[in-house]
Amino acid sequence: MALSGLGIYKLLPKTNCKKCGFPTCLAFAMQLAAKKVSLDKCPDVSQETKKALESASQPPIKLITVGSGDEKLEIGNETVLFRHEEKFYHPTGIGFIIEDTSSEEDIKKALGEINKLDFERVGQRINVNIVGISCESKDASKFQVVVKTVLENTKLALALVSDDASFIAKALEASKERVPLLCGATSANYKEMAKLAKDNKVPLVASAPTLEELETLVKNLNTEGVEDIVLDTGKKSIADKLWDLTQIRRLALKKAFRPFGYPVIAFTQNADKFQEAAEASTYVSKYAGIVMLKNRDPWVVLPILTMRQNIYTDPQKPLQVEAKVYEIGKVEDKSPVIVTTNFSLTYYTVEAEVESSKVPTYIVSCDSEGMSVLTAWAAEKFTAESIAKALESFGIKDKVAHKDLIIPGYVSVLSGKLEEASGWKVTVGPREASGIPVFLRNLTK
Amino acid sequence: MDLMKECWTGKINTVTLGATEKEGGTRTSQITVGGETALPFLFKEGDIPHAPVIAMEVLDAEPTDWPEVLKKPFGDALKDPVKWAVKCVEEYKARLICVKLIGTHPDFGNKSAADAAKLVKDILQAVKVPLIILGSGDDEKDNTVLAKASEAAKGEKCLIGDATEKNYKTLAASCLADGHNIIGESPIDINIAKQVNILISEMGFPLDRIVVNPTIGALGYGLEYAYSIMERARNAALLGDKMLSMPFICFVGQEAWRAKEAKATSSEHPEWGDESERGPLWEAQTAVAVLQTGGDILVMRHPKAVEEVRKYIDSLMKKG
Repeated sequence: MALSGLGIYKLLPKTNCKKCGFPTCLAFAMQLAAKKVSLDKCPDVSQETKKALESASQPPIKLITVGSGDEKLEIGNETVLFRHEEKFYHPTGIGFIIEDTSSEEDIKKALGEINKLDFERVGQRINVNIVGISCESKDASKFQVVVKTVLENTKLALALVSDDASFIAKALEASKERVPLLCGATSANYKEMAKLAKDNKVPLVASAPTLEELETLVKNLNTEGVEDIVLDTGKKSIADKLWDLTQIRRLALKKAFRPFGYPVIAFTQNADKFQEAAEASTYVSKYAGIVMLKNRDPWVVLPILTMRQNIYTDPQKPLQVEAKVYEIGKVEDKSPVIVTTNFSLTYYTVEAEVESSKVPTYIVSCDSEGMSVLTAWAAEKFTAESIAKALESFGIKDKVAHKDLIIPGYVSVLSGKLEEASGWKVTVGPREASGIPVFLRNLTK
Repeated sequence: MDLMKECWTGKINTVTLGATEKEGGTRTSQITVGGETALPFLFKEGDIPHAPVIAMEVLDAEPTDWPEVLKKPFGDALKDPVKWAVKCVEEYKARLICVKLIGTHPDFGNKSAADAAKLVKDILQAVKVPLIILGSGDDEKDNTVLAKASEAAKGEKCLIGDATEKNYKTLAASCLADGHNIIGESPIDINIAKQVNILISEMGFPLDRIVVNPTIGALGYGLEYAYSIMERARNAALLGDKMLSMPFICFVGQEAWRAKEAKATSSEHPEWGDESERGPLWEAQTAVAVLQTGGDILVMRHPKAVEEVRKYIDSLMKKG
């Protein structure tokens, strides 16, 4: 957490020697706080002060990168406890564990299924992020072979799961370029694991059953020179896990407690598909950086990914699409023209219904500053004038040979004014997008 | 290391639904919600005396837009609201029933206030759990329908809604006269939520008989707006804002089952998987999100979703 000018002043020599070029230590401290000057300008600063200022300039929760290339996973660097205070920045990575005792055929099949957990919702790609390979065989060579198979069959980030450093070492030989997450260090093996993480420059999970033991373990790892850490508090009931996740986040943000200034990984405990999905979504909404699942049915994973998408949407900036004319299907000059707002959720809902109607249609997405139909109407961002202006500036009249416009049912009250302002004949469409297919089909009958 | 426990000064109001013989009603059970002095499920820093509850939704008219997956568990009972309510209680173990008088809407059947009142009486006769009674959303009609429904359930301590900023007086007067609790509705807006509570309480309505409907969206369809409004309101309540210290009621089923991901068949979207599981899970996941931000009463539809969310609540309430 950044220190205030006064906070920094307390750490300075307070001699007002002016060697830094500023009249007083306090003035220098203010400049430091504003990041306008470097601490090097003070020749008398102590080592402790240097350390304190360095750590204060770090983000309260470190950004950790797992993997490399396009599919790398970045987690951490969060700044708030509640999304309405600002936003959540780095969406929870969702992953799965594959055991190295499975047959090659099964592993390839599993990876094929995992790779397909890649969807598009409201114009955004939502997909899973990480595959963990767990060494159940207790055979380093076998583990390495399986890791290679996984590397070849998915671009997703990797995690190497074993508490035996010798197995991890062997797997790393084959996979270190892909920057896997080592999973992980415990109080029993942390020295060996720390060395592997440091030598190979890969992030390491620190795993301990209680918050107190976790604090000790992280400090030990820091002493060993490991800075890229992901926290784990082990097997817990959901309520206890929720408590741990909340404490870790609060202590990191509110107390700048360095040992917990890292993202957290959670492994679901439920094997039942419904309960696992509920458990996973709980951790997604409450601060987990990575959630590892057991089940991979698309109907289980899709709602978890959707939950993540919702929670990690910027509350100050609703998702918007470009305001313009969209052509759905093989449009021609007699195709209907539908008008809606540029709020992503609204636009894509309308688009999906138009598509399913199979009636080629123009959708005019008006700039409503990303508000939905009713909200935009109430805020006067979706008015007769603004719609008329959009029709004019997008040149829709040159694309069609008619002047019939369909508006959302919720703003039927705009009809008269819009006809006057635009010269188009207005038809009131359905209130809900789900009514669009029937509406369009009846229209073209 | 010192843990960071929040010491909240506020407390969510405790609201009780249902009057047994002792209280002058005919219910055989009561439901109490609220009373929290901590954020959801953080048992180590406050009291969470009452688990969130699930009400199963019953409509007074056969639903026309429900997908097969949702209709199937109820079968013919969908045609008969009394049977439907009995099925929810006996077969699906509902402890609370929410009767929605949608069929009284001028555009959806225009049933009379007398019909609605009779139905409420019949359901009260057929099931002995507490009732939630909702109008159709048509202000004018609701003012006559809910007045009659309230009268028909006099003394049963139902929860009746929704009162809105522009239409609350008639309903609040009925609920006061007949001894019911009331739902105050606001359109995903914390200030309006507060305003509605103030307006209702200014009529002499006790604060511990008000429940707030923050109007949620389904998972994937604006859920995050209500999520944050509820989070803000709950934080404000725990900080001591009395006009936001009401339990939340969330219409999970009605919203979730509008989502394409809940309704679409697997032939339309093979990549999304089997709809017989996907639909109920979509509803359950919507419930999970509102539970994590303080939902106290969840109104739900699919028995499988109800069962799974009940299990989820139970596992959370075990306090680890």
